[in-house]
Amino acid sequence: MITPIYGILAEFESPSTLTAAARQVKAKGYNKVEAYSPFAIEEVNEALGLHHNRLPLIVLGCGILGGLTGYLMQYYLAVIDFPINVGARPLHSWPSFIIITFELTILFAALATVLGLLGLCGLPMPYHPVFNLPRFALASRNRFFLCIEATDPLFNRHETAEFLSTLEAREVSEVAH
Amino acid sequence: MSQERRELLEVQPGRPPVIAPGHTFGTVTDKISSIVLNRKTPLYWFIPFAISLTLVLLFLVAVTYLFVRGVGIWGIKIPIGWGWAITNFVWWIGIGHAGTLISAILLLLHQSWRNSINRFAEAMTLFAVACAGMFPLLHLGRPWLFYWLFPYPNTMRIQPNFRSPLVWDVFAVSTYATVSFLFWFVGMLPDLATLRDRARNRFARAAYGILAMGWRGAASHWQKYETASLLLAGLATPLVISVHTVVSFDFAVAIVPGWHSTIFPPYFVAGAIYSGFAMVLVLAIPLRALYGLHDLITMRHLDNCAKVMLATAEIVAYSYIFEAFIAWYSGNTFEMFAIWNRMTGPYWPTYWLLIFCNLVAPQLLWVKKYRTNVIWLFVISLDVLVGMWLERYVIIVVSLHRDFLPSSWGMYAPTIWDVATYVGSIGLFFFLFFLFIRLLPMISIFEVRTLLPEAEVEK
Repeated sequence: MITPIYGILAEFESPSTLTAAARQVKAKGYNKVEAYSPFAIEEVNEALGLHHNRLPLIVLGCGILGGLTGYLMQYYLAVIDFPINVGARPLHSWPSFIIITFELTILFAALATVLGLLGLCGLPMPYHPVFNLPRFALASRNRFFLCIEATDPLFNRHETAEFLSTLEAREVSEVAH
Repeated sequence: MSQERRELLEVQPGRPPVIAPGHTFGTVTDKISSIVLNRKTPLYWFIPFAISLTLVLLFLVAVTYLFVRGVGIWGIKIPIGWGWAITNFVWWIGIGHAGTLISAILLLLHQSWRNSINRFAEAMTLFAVACAGMFPLLHLGRPWLFYWLFPYPNTMRIQPNFRSPLVWDVFAVSTYATVSFLFWFVGMLPDLATLRDRARNRFARAAYGILAMGWRGAASHWQKYETASLLLAGLATPLVISVHTVVSFDFAVAIVPGWHSTIFPPYFVAGAIYSGFAMVLVLAIPLRALYGLHDLITMRHLDNCAKVMLATAEIVAYSYIFEAFIAWYSGNTFEMFAIWNRMTGPYWPTYWLLIFCNLVAPQLLWVKKYRTNVIWLFVISLDVLVGMWLERYVIIVVSLHRDFLPSSWGMYAPTIWDVATYVGSIGLFFFLFFLFIRLLPMISIFEVRTLLPEAEVEK
């Protein structure tokens, strides 16, 4: 009986070999590919074709929402809900509302950055198949991994493993679900 | 190897490198994570921790007594309603600003030498803001009603006055505290994953595992992570400038002579960064000696911090001189009297001590010999911290004690409870800081990895 696997993971020793391997894997036509590294490597992102990122748009939207919330809240409270005459200044004294508007813009945008980051990355995620491999603990230290997932249409348990071992990989192993 | 990295790592005559040669991904990871995971808790950690814990207890006693008796236990009385509590507030929040400057502004400016000092500087920010935030609340009179500062639907049917800088301050400081925490925590995610993967103790692994939230260093995550860091840095940069600007509005919007001045916002921001870098040095110099981190926090870092301190010292010096000039040039009797009273009035020693600490002594930093000697740097940094505290004391107490009408003049002296609360807050700061260096990586491991020559992808 064949047990289904998550994918095949190749281990590399340097960012350069990982980048070269990622390029070749993409050139071969694989699409369900993920790299794992102890720090961000711009070249790997390029090799894997990671360009689009919706985070800035989310942050912009929430920042605008925060600014509107700040200004409208002050307008409503100072003009409609609790009008108070301070030294005969106009109730809608907009220059003094700018600071809180600014602060809430930043607050909403910063919260959106963090929640958006977690949301787009699907975190928190306590379990992930790659953690099944004991050597994967080195992905947060000094090793670089490339995983071709089993859901890729070109995936073949033996051919993919053989292909990965030709790419200067230190070790190639199957990842259980 | 890119030009930038080569400049950081090469040993040039007279310029120490950012990381001592010989390190690899593995060695930096092991070195920083072992401080938290493997080493036995050393005596040089326990002793300062015990002292700061004692001071925390003192703080709790002082605050309890304050809750029982009210702000009358402090030396404040009209006309000096602000006293030490607000001095401490401004001092602490200023100290926090250097952490945000290092983590956000230097990130945007591609100053990658900051990578090994940003983590503990951010922690310093967080704890300094925690200490700062307590003083205005304790000073409220009825601190347990602090939530009245926020607008919320209530049965009294009243709302805050949004034209008041004190309400702006509530929003500025609470936003600053929140954003500083988010920045610090997100910056730590990959390192928490490292600790999770390296912890041998089951409990530690579970605790770091929960905090790391399943971070696994996937390229698609790193890509978003880098964007998020830049966005947070971009948001924190105007925020940090705004916070001390708003703090200065607490003074500048009032009409008290010596406060009512448009020079205050930039002058306060420069002073904040000045005292913050002094605190960074006060923390970094003993830390690198005790934990043997000379190869990660090198003389290059200390020298750079000293240079920032010197630059802000000159801005602060310019502000002091200009403050006196504006008072004289305004021709306004009260403004001229306010400055003259600072220099020659009953509190003249505080003013001249402040001038010595903030203006005269730091000029030593022009000389390389003092910038590269840790003892001198440490002493000058302490001197700056004292000077910046005195600056706020002079602005608050000396301006308030003699305003327009001689019939409303008064004198101020702190009580033992002022001292206990202040010293207790220093204890609280160090208590939190020592917990931090024991439980979390005090140097950003993944950012230091990117500084190593092997991080470069060969073409």
